[in-house]
Amino acid sequence: MTKQVQQLDRVIIRFAGDSGDGMQLTGDRFTAETAQFGNDLSTLPNFPAEIRAPAGTLPGVSSFQLHFADHDILTPGDAPNVLVAMNPAALKANIGDLPRGADVIVNTDEFTKRNLQKVGYAASPVDDGSLGEWRVHAVPLTSLTVKSLEGFAVSKKDAERAKNMFALGLLSWLYHRPTEATVKFLETKFAKKPDIAKANIAAFQAGWNFGETTESFSVSYEIKPAKLTPGLYRNISGNQALALGLIAASVQAKLPLFLGSYPITPASDILHELSKHKRFGIRTFQAEDEIAGVGAALGAAFGGALGVTTTSGPGVALKAETVGLAVTTELPLLVVDVQRAGPSTGMPTKTEQTDLLMAMFGRNGESPVPIVAPATPSDCFDAAVEAARIAVKYRTPVMLLSDGYLANGSEPWRLPEIEDLPDLSVDFQVEPNDEDGETYLPFKRDPQTLARPWAVPGTPGLEHRIGGIEKADGTGNISYDPNNHDLMVRLRQAKIDGIAQDIPQLVVDDPGGDARVLVLGWGSTYGPIAAAVRRVRKAGGKVAQVHVRHLNPLPSNIGEVLRSYDKVLLPEINLGQLALLLRARFLVDIISYNRVRGLPFKAEELAGVIQDVIDSE
Amino acid sequence: MNGHIAPPIGGTGLTLIPRATEKQTLKDFKSDQEVRWCPGCGDYAILAAVQSFLPELGLKRENIVFVSGIGCSSRFPYYLNTYGFHSIHGRAPAIATGLAASRPDLSVWVITGDGDALSIGGNHLIHALRRNVNMNILLFNNRIYGLTKGQYSPTSEVGKITKSTPMGSLDKPFNPISLALGAEAGFVARTLDSDRKHLQSVLREAVAHRGTSLVEIYQNCNIFNDNAFEPLKDPGLRDDITLRLEHGLPIVSASKAVRRAANGGIEVVERSTVPEGEILVHDAHNPDPSVAFALSRLDEPAFEHVPIGIFRSVDRPTYDTLMTEQLEEAVAERGPGQLGDLLRGGDTWQVG
Repeated sequence: MTKQVQQLDRVIIRFAGDSGDGMQLTGDRFTAETAQFGNDLSTLPNFPAEIRAPAGTLPGVSSFQLHFADHDILTPGDAPNVLVAMNPAALKANIGDLPRGADVIVNTDEFTKRNLQKVGYAASPVDDGSLGEWRVHAVPLTSLTVKSLEGFAVSKKDAERAKNMFALGLLSWLYHRPTEATVKFLETKFAKKPDIAKANIAAFQAGWNFGETTESFSVSYEIKPAKLTPGLYRNISGNQALALGLIAASVQAKLPLFLGSYPITPASDILHELSKHKRFGIRTFQAEDEIAGVGAALGAAFGGALGVTTTSGPGVALKAETVGLAVTTELPLLVVDVQRAGPSTGMPTKTEQTDLLMAMFGRNGESPVPIVAPATPSDCFDAAVEAARIAVKYRTPVMLLSDGYLANGSEPWRLPEIEDLPDLSVDFQVEPNDEDGETYLPFKRDPQTLARPWAVPGTPGLEHRIGGIEKADGTGNISYDPNNHDLMVRLRQAKIDGIAQDIPQLVVDDPGGDARVLVLGWGSTYGPIAAAVRRVRKAGGKVAQVHVRHLNPLPSNIGEVLRSYDKVLLPEINLGQLALLLRARFLVDIISYNRVRGLPFKAEELAGVIQDVIDSE
Repeated sequence: MNGHIAPPIGGTGLTLIPRATEKQTLKDFKSDQEVRWCPGCGDYAILAAVQSFLPELGLKRENIVFVSGIGCSSRFPYYLNTYGFHSIHGRAPAIATGLAASRPDLSVWVITGDGDALSIGGNHLIHALRRNVNMNILLFNNRIYGLTKGQYSPTSEVGKITKSTPMGSLDKPFNPISLALGAEAGFVARTLDSDRKHLQSVLREAVAHRGTSLVEIYQNCNIFNDNAFEPLKDPGLRDDITLRLEHGLPIVSASKAVRRAANGGIEVVERSTVPEGEILVHDAHNPDPSVAFALSRLDEPAFEHVPIGIFRSVDRPTYDTLMTEQLEEAVAERGPGQLGDLLRGGDTWQVG
């Protein structure tokens, strides 16, 4: 039987099932196959904080969305073209996001009376015609999997568990994905359980063969590889990229990396990743709490290490006092905040941009801290290197604001050339720096950067004491002198403000040069904003776009940029935190667009907002 | 020390720390800062004892670091001409852990007080002790909050009348020695600010021990809790109530002795009533901490008899060494990390 092959330029697939159904793994594998094939892609995992919410319930639904295309794309996509629903709960939780005509593949084996009742379906929607506007493919995934594994040395339960691989096989056939890497992956993953490995591979192949033979799928689809910038690529998540960026910073600075951390969602994967790379001399310290994590990192920095702590919002709240100590002792320190929905515990697995003001101001006293925010998952690498550069050069704690969307999302990453990475070498102070040639002044500043010297224990003749009490300019001795305090407060501020001369100016994307509306963003909203801007331009609208990477200090030309447009639109996943800062500083009447739903913006949503602003001109 | 470098101290606590090449004296360890404790404070005696003790170690001065928290005692690092870090309330053990774990070539000391270590920093203290990074924690216990002007502390006796407890404090105090032993500490000792010789002998052992050592130093706050430890200093009383803990020797004071009790525990009895052979002989190196713990409970509820000295000194692997070994093992197995290889790891594909 020869089946029809249709060409598509892009597809959005969402795998959805119970938390125990292996949807994240399925999504990861499909992503790997897609990356291997050469499509551009972007992913959005979405899962509950509970490890195992009650099976078959709405709160237990876990999903993984993947957008892939024959051209460069910017987001995981707004609405899925295909939904794979492994049970009624997965169908119910996701069907509302599907546009008319989308494909829905349902595992009918799970559509039992009991499972339907659990989520409030009176009758099976597969049979009662209520899914009429979509193309439904009813597939008994579980029983087909079990049947395909007859004769294998696995229990019925293990056979049933392989249904996600059957589904992956089916989708791999449907979209012409290469399969060798998945077979290899399963062999490695279950190396110690060869029977399970064989069963999963067989289920995967059975799913593929089912697609090839069943009449339920008459068409398969081809999406040509994307024409990306030439280079070597790998698919990478934000947390992975951030960890690699920290290692690169350590190598480029020739400083051993010391990570003090306490497990917290969604930042823990950075700790996991760094703990694997001990042969780079990386010390990972799982502390007793968030405060000890940052304390140990600061202690290591005092000793000459690249001190890093990784956490999420609640952890930053706990670390505030130690970050203040790093501000006043002027030691380099990296504080990575993978933001999540707050306040308090909030929604640990959902994304948000709500820690900006905490990063700016969440300490006692005047305690300015540079802030860097990555824009995409792979950009977490560069942002980590940049944050480290600022920290070691200016002897200051730096906040790196990632978020849950970047942390877990992934995209193809063109690997940088090592020789293109910045040199972050540090000149440690090794001799007295006073004019008398004998005295060491720990707070005598570099006239250019205003950074103080970094003299580490073990350096003879430079023994000195630092601490949280106000220090006399130059000597660093305890000082309660009013004028000295005023001076030191201003010097610390001036040092951070001066970094503005050492970061790139904003470059506005305004192809026609005649847009009157500017859309400005920061952090992980880059993808949806850029995708929305493309749509608006495609429809004939004129809009300029600029994205802010350095939140503190801001690029030196930002005031000029803001004043160059009639209207400035600023979408944020918070209630207007950057807008507050920009309004206060530049007196520009910024138009905020804010949603805090724990989810990234959709391109279509933002396109509408931008168009409305243009139309109101 | 006169004219020569001190010979290496015993034990393994200092083996990784570079030794001085020139003689050192007390003067080398005095900083140029004016000492600003209240006149008569016990901290002066401890400072003098430490300053005169450090030359004995024969270490490069630049490889010694004092880290402190907040409180009167935590001003200590400013007065020593070594590297020093006066940090924030309760967090000195955490900061020192990061420093000592990443720099095994440093002699790291934590200076803390009863409020700093046992109240706000209680969590860091117990975890530092169980983790066993090579560092020495000196806990100045004056049983009062001094710097905040006289509130009761976590070691104040029940019923303590202070500004914050006008009708008497209600919470039971911590016994720092019991706490440390419960937290798996390998080295636990108690000494007294006014007894320089004993203080220095305890420090000598603490430094020789590789791992985290906790030394509780009874310290007089003459402003807010004067004479708290007077019975231990009173020439008429001290010899009777001080039970000297010395490894291998019977545990006795002038008039009292410790022996095994019928209930399986230990008890203090009149020395004259017990035959010499039945007196408990102190074994600081006993891997089982139960006797050391029982000894730590003897001074409850008041100063009728107080064990002074080294309760426990037991070697076990230190965190910093194990951490370094893991790094070396990783390199031995797969060679030193190469950034280019790391970035190219995982599934890659070539475009163009």
